[in-house]
Amino acid sequence: MFDSSPIIVGLEIGTSKICAVVGEVNAGNGLNIIGIGQARSRGVRKGEIAEPALAEEDVRNAVVEAEQMANVEIRSVYLGVTGNHIRGFSNHGVHPVVSADREITEEDVQDVVKNAKAINLPIENSVIHAIRQHFQVDAQTGILNPVGMFGAKVEVDVHVIHGRVNRLKNSIAVVKGLQLEVEEIVFNGLASSLSLLSNEQKELGSLVIDIGGGTTDFAVYADGIIKHTGVLAVGGDHISNDLAYGLKVPLGRAEQLKVDHGSAVLEPDVKGRSIDLPGQLGLPFKSINLEHLRRIMALRLEEIFELIEREISHLGWLERLRAGVFLCGGGARIPQIQSLAENIFQLPSFLGKTSSISGLKSALDQPEFATAIGLVRFGFLQQKRKPAGGLTRAVGQTLAEIFKR
Amino acid sequence: MTTPLEKSDGAPVPETDPAPIKERIHIKVCGVGGAGCNAAGFIAQDKLDPADVLLLNTDAQALAAFPLPGKLVLGLKRARGLGTGGDPELGRAAAEDDAARLRSFCEGADIIFILAGLGGGTGTGAAPVLARIARESGALVLALATLPFDFEGGRRQRQAAAGLHHLKAAADAVICLPNQKLFKLLDEKTSVLETFKISNSLMAGGLRGIGRLLTQTGLINIDFADLCSVTRGRHVASAFATAEAGGEKRGEQVIEKILNHPLLDCGQVLNESDAVLVSLVGGPDLTMNEVHKVMEPLQRQCENAHLIFGAVIDGAFTGQLSVTLIASRHGAAESAPPDAASCVPTAPSGDMQFLDPAAASRPACRFVAPAPEMSNEKKEQLYTRQTGRSGKRNTRLQKELPLEIVFKGRFDKSEPTIRHGEDLDLPTYIRRGVALN
Repeated sequence: MFDSSPIIVGLEIGTSKICAVVGEVNAGNGLNIIGIGQARSRGVRKGEIAEPALAEEDVRNAVVEAEQMANVEIRSVYLGVTGNHIRGFSNHGVHPVVSADREITEEDVQDVVKNAKAINLPIENSVIHAIRQHFQVDAQTGILNPVGMFGAKVEVDVHVIHGRVNRLKNSIAVVKGLQLEVEEIVFNGLASSLSLLSNEQKELGSLVIDIGGGTTDFAVYADGIIKHTGVLAVGGDHISNDLAYGLKVPLGRAEQLKVDHGSAVLEPDVKGRSIDLPGQLGLPFKSINLEHLRRIMALRLEEIFELIEREISHLGWLERLRAGVFLCGGGARIPQIQSLAENIFQLPSFLGKTSSISGLKSALDQPEFATAIGLVRFGFLQQKRKPAGGLTRAVGQTLAEIFKR
Repeated sequence: MTTPLEKSDGAPVPETDPAPIKERIHIKVCGVGGAGCNAAGFIAQDKLDPADVLLLNTDAQALAAFPLPGKLVLGLKRARGLGTGGDPELGRAAAEDDAARLRSFCEGADIIFILAGLGGGTGTGAAPVLARIARESGALVLALATLPFDFEGGRRQRQAAAGLHHLKAAADAVICLPNQKLFKLLDEKTSVLETFKISNSLMAGGLRGIGRLLTQTGLINIDFADLCSVTRGRHVASAFATAEAGGEKRGEQVIEKILNHPLLDCGQVLNESDAVLVSLVGGPDLTMNEVHKVMEPLQRQCENAHLIFGAVIDGAFTGQLSVTLIASRHGAAESAPPDAASCVPTAPSGDMQFLDPAAASRPACRFVAPAPEMSNEKKEQLYTRQTGRSGKRNTRLQKELPLEIVFKGRFDKSEPTIRHGEDLDLPTYIRRGVALN
């Protein structure tokens, strides 16, 4: 019955590209990436759908490519979402232990988590993730599972990631329009961190920054759990736009200049240097001052990092990051972005490498695919957890497997 | 001292007591020309005192077709009851001949509705005369005028434009119904008969709505003065729309109908208007939520407008909701000169060749005269109002806009990314003031 392993698909509808990654659970119960499809994205601005028709076409192309590569039929996906409207914050729940002998039961744990989840959101927002963090029994902190312990009061922190319902629905509708099921929506920053970080790095404390085309997503891990997440709706597009404005070149050319001559740090030796752009197809010959290009770019990237740094240090997590900063997304390809991150965060910085997943080497090494691979990993972790959820669910899933064939 | 004594002596105390406080408003309806008579006839079918309806036409045969008592053939001597043949000057002259009879009809009315189809002879020529006479008799004059279809040709369009200009100068308010806009309401199978029926019923709907608004005392009352404040002194035509809906979701339905109303150019008119009057009529079951549902989108649509709102509870409207909306705008200064320029040369050259020069010179002074009179009275008022408004706008704009306006490129149309009060879509080097030299 289980001879063919189930596939898990992660779909990221990004601002610059749309990426579908197919993973398969191998015999050793590990995750294996077997296919990747990508398409240039045209209908997305700042991580959110701007033109559904175009986005739908691009998603179809990406999914078809992934299907061909992995030689499977894709029925459902884990969908990555991002956008300026998404916020993460932590909430605290308290519950007094009522039983006579003060032993904490499963019900107490459920109650305290329920209390922590009862947050006051604006009506148009809905919760994307509610991630349970460490429990605290009386004054004892850092407890993973308090069932069976004794105490008068049990407390828990929950990290809630929420966003506007209608905007989330936009991307779900695009996927549904292609007759694909959405298993779950996952915040991109969370997905990226899942693919990059090992358990040890999570334990030590790390910051994952995913610099995408339209948004920069980040997630903070400390003590093995997620502590903070956030979105900054500024990304590679903004760099291109700044260059187009500052250097007075068309947007397409600015994009090319960014890729060919960009750098995250303004070095003294570029002073006075210029780049000659050959005239081609209606674009005249033009000489660009390299110093200006680098300065515009460096200032923008500096600002992105500074904004993240300010937010994290304000919440007091910056001192807890001992493993360092991990960069991924297309922005991680900018030369010397590591040293810029090191300068601003005063922490060791690395280009993130997908870990603990096997499969296509070409895909795993690229920083752009971190999110989509993370989505697959999220799905993998969910499905591992699911059968434990209840007998009916397990049976239902088994039936679903049967019908899938 | 004497009056209360008299009152206590008189028998009908309850009747006379409220009378001096609020008199019943007397409304009269007058249809001018073929189209106007059709519309007035249509309206006369509902609960209107037949004595208050007067049909005017130069064509006796057409007039005879209406089974109403109040009929008057204009200019029997001039046109011999055969119509004007599309000549507005003849229509005007015919109305002037019968000015005395028109004056006697207008006597005692508080509001006179004039219904006319502009573009032809009688409606275009006689309606402004009637409006002037009615206004002289002390009534508020509201004219509802239809404009010809595009296919009716340039001459009729020009005549209609000239007639509208005169009508605007003479009447307190002119509400226009360009027939061309009806096409949005029609499908391919709509017959000609139905089309004119729609036109009539739209006019009738507007009239009924305004009548209701004025005669019925509302919970949140709109009165005579409110209507005047919206319509008077604004030389650009007001637009009106009515919509009704029933059932559970009437609030949403009504506002949807209003915002998509062809006469409002699908809400476009609302954006540009300076004053909007909204009257809601509902049954005793009208909820505050419904009122909010209607008013909230309207408020958003016409942010800069002076919005006047009224609500009337009428037992007959149980489970129903009806909205009447009148929108108007200033702009007399910009629109009047081209209007005048376009109508003055065409009128003498085209239509008045057959009339004697004395008659030809008359309309110019007659109809142009009210306009400067109006503006002299209102000019300063309008001026202060307009400058006050624009001044307000300027200060608000200055708060929102930065000193340097930077084109945001591809982020121009997307929601701005604001962090710590800074718009991150603008290049960082500009916000930090780094000079590129």
